[in-house]
Amino acid sequence: SSSEHKLNFKKSKEACLSYIQDAMLQKQWKRAAEFLTFYIESLEKDFSREYVNPSEMIWRIGSEILCHHSHSSMKEFNSFTEQMKTLGVKRYLKVCLEHAFHLLCNGQIDEAYQNLSMAESWRFGEQTAIQDKEMKLVQAYRGLLDYYSWSKQKNILLEHGLDGFEDLSVEQEMHSCFRKAAVNLKEIIKVPGVWDFFVKCYVDLLEFYGDHNEARQVLNEYAYNSKFPANPNAHVYLYQFLKRHGESKKSLISALKILHDIVPSHELMIDFNTMLQKSKKRKKRRLGLEVIFAALDYAGWKENVKAWSCLARQVKQIVISDKHLDWIKQEWNSRKDWWPAFHFSRYLAKRNWQENKSLSYEKALVAGILLGKDCKYFKYVSHQGCKAQVKRFRILKKFVNKHNLVYVRISG
Amino acid sequence: QSWPVYEEVYNKMLELAAFLDLPRFPDITESCFLHPDMLCMKYLMEANLPDELHNWTCRVVKKISVGEADFLTLVPGNKSTRKVKYDVLAAAVIVVVLKLLFLLDDHYEWLLSDFAEERNKNNKEGGPYFEFKKWYKVIKCSLDVEQNKLDEERAKYLWRCEKPLFYSADKKSKVLKRRQMVVNLQNQFGKLSGSVQPAEKPNPSSFQLSWSEENTDGSCFHGHSLKGILQEKCGLLTAMNPDYWLCTVKLCTEKLCGHLAHYREVDFPESYHFVLRLFSFLLRIQPSYIHDEVCVIEHKLFNKKLCKKPKYNTGLRK
Repeated sequence: SSSEHKLNFKKSKEACLSYIQDAMLQKQWKRAAEFLTFYIESLEKDFSREYVNPSEMIWRIGSEILCHHSHSSMKEFNSFTEQMKTLGVKRYLKVCLEHAFHLLCNGQIDEAYQNLSMAESWRFGEQTAIQDKEMKLVQAYRGLLDYYSWSKQKNILLEHGLDGFEDLSVEQEMHSCFRKAAVNLKEIIKVPGVWDFFVKCYVDLLEFYGDHNEARQVLNEYAYNSKFPANPNAHVYLYQFLKRHGESKKSLISALKILHDIVPSHELMIDFNTMLQKSKKRKKRRLGLEVIFAALDYAGWKENVKAWSCLARQVKQIVISDKHLDWIKQEWNSRKDWWPAFHFSRYLAKRNWQENKSLSYEKALVAGILLGKDCKYFKYVSHQGCKAQVKRFRILKKFVNKHNLVYVRISG
Repeated sequence: QSWPVYEEVYNKMLELAAFLDLPRFPDITESCFLHPDMLCMKYLMEANLPDELHNWTCRVVKKISVGEADFLTLVPGNKSTRKVKYDVLAAAVIVVVLKLLFLLDDHYEWLLSDFAEERNKNNKEGGPYFEFKKWYKVIKCSLDVEQNKLDEERAKYLWRCEKPLFYSADKKSKVLKRRQMVVNLQNQFGKLSGSVQPAEKPNPSSFQLSWSEENTDGSCFHGHSLKGILQEKCGLLTAMNPDYWLCTVKLCTEKLCGHLAHYREVDFPESYHFVLRLFSFLLRIQPSYIHDEVCVIEHKLFNKKLCKKPKYNTGLRK
């Protein structure tokens, strides 16, 4: 048991490491740097059996310290990272990628591009095959930077176009950037994953050159391929694309339906509800009601006038037609226990009236129908509105009084 | 790649002495630095305990006959004599004396301290009475600070040798390159370490903790009197504490498990741990070594009582 207490190399370095970690957590960069200097000699020992070896530790810790230390500079960071690249061949591309990210964060786009290009041309026996994923990422980010150049040149051309200039060399460069970017972006989005930004850029390129078919295929793949993780943005991109190209309401609705299933609180639910309300099909209108109620379940929508006006419009329309009150009943059933406190308290009535008359108007209509004319919210708002002699509130009061028994029927 | 443990070095020393066939070492007498009386004085000072305790340590040393030249002097190769660890012995004697006077059962020593504090209020003449509580606070503070320093030093310890080793010619360039990188990185981060403290000249004395009576904050206990915790009986000052607890009733056989006793923290009072921890820090050894020695001393001290009737708590009247 005496050997347990022996101070040996491994224990000493473990202790050193925990001091470094403590210092970093407390943002004491000088102290962290001090202990790191004592840890660095671990590089000379063999740690092949350890889970995380010292060279990785030193790379990550050193990068962090150089990022935050007040006396550190980009030059120091660069020289440090270059040394790290030579340190572990298994990590070479990872280090290159992180280096490029850091350069981009510091606005050094050209240097980042150079780094990525150099990384792309790296070959090292079987390591090249093993680090295939990282290589794809390197190429993808280089493609992204190509897109960025393309975009700049496109803007230059557009400006010159307005001035009446024609610039062949810029145009040629622009096309060459497009080719380089397109190749790499296409490759990366084949791999299952979340590539939002890459997809957007790629679609932008395709649309500019008129290849709408390819763009649609890419977006469909991204949204519907089950190998890819569920991603609401994919559906948003698809919807926006279809809208841009004047696709049928049917396809727009089917794109948004999935979004409603994944993210009922998404901001596009207003557009969705608006489309559905106008539909001739009963099922669609029914879905519209479901969609708008679901969106208003979320706290972020509480003060959204547009959302309330959608709901108010639909509720009003149903009440006037006296058809499909059961729709409201179904939706209200699971909400009648908590919506009154959530949306229609007296406190909210006061606040909404003070801050946003339109909001209080729409909400009062809904409250009056769902809870009757004697509910706190409606009473307060309509009283205030009539007192202020605002015309629409008088009309509202009449309307709710007329349909006062609806709430009895729907609360069942 | 590790610091050798005290025990290892000690055993190697004995082996070496036997191997070299060295004769009996010069006698260790009372005037020698290695004599328990001397070492006790040293450690009492370092532990900031009252000088008066020295009388008690000398009494214990005499009673168990560990002050004899024949017992203390090293005779290499002689397997029948027990090998003496001088510093550990001295520290253990002090621990036993503390147990004798303060019991250290997590209860009595604090009561006694309160009692001394009361008596101190009326104490106008001479030095203040020693209060265990005050001593504990001062020592704990210093000990924690020093321990932290030591822990940091250990974390900063550099193990590599000046010249890198390599075992084959083709590894040479790799190893040298690696060494160069290490040096570069150390320089780079060394610059970011902030102000580098000038290397402190190592203190020539062997004392790690020092206490001076010139300090006005009352943190030095050397001159404190034990009268606060003693009582007069038949014209002599004796301990108020009538009890004692043995660390272990029976000693283990060294040959079987390598130890005479087993120190497990859960079995003993906190005050006892604290005292062991203090000396363990000063001596830079594991507390179990001191504990072993304390057990041995106790068995020598209460030998007669133990042989007569095996009881856990033997009363002691001095």
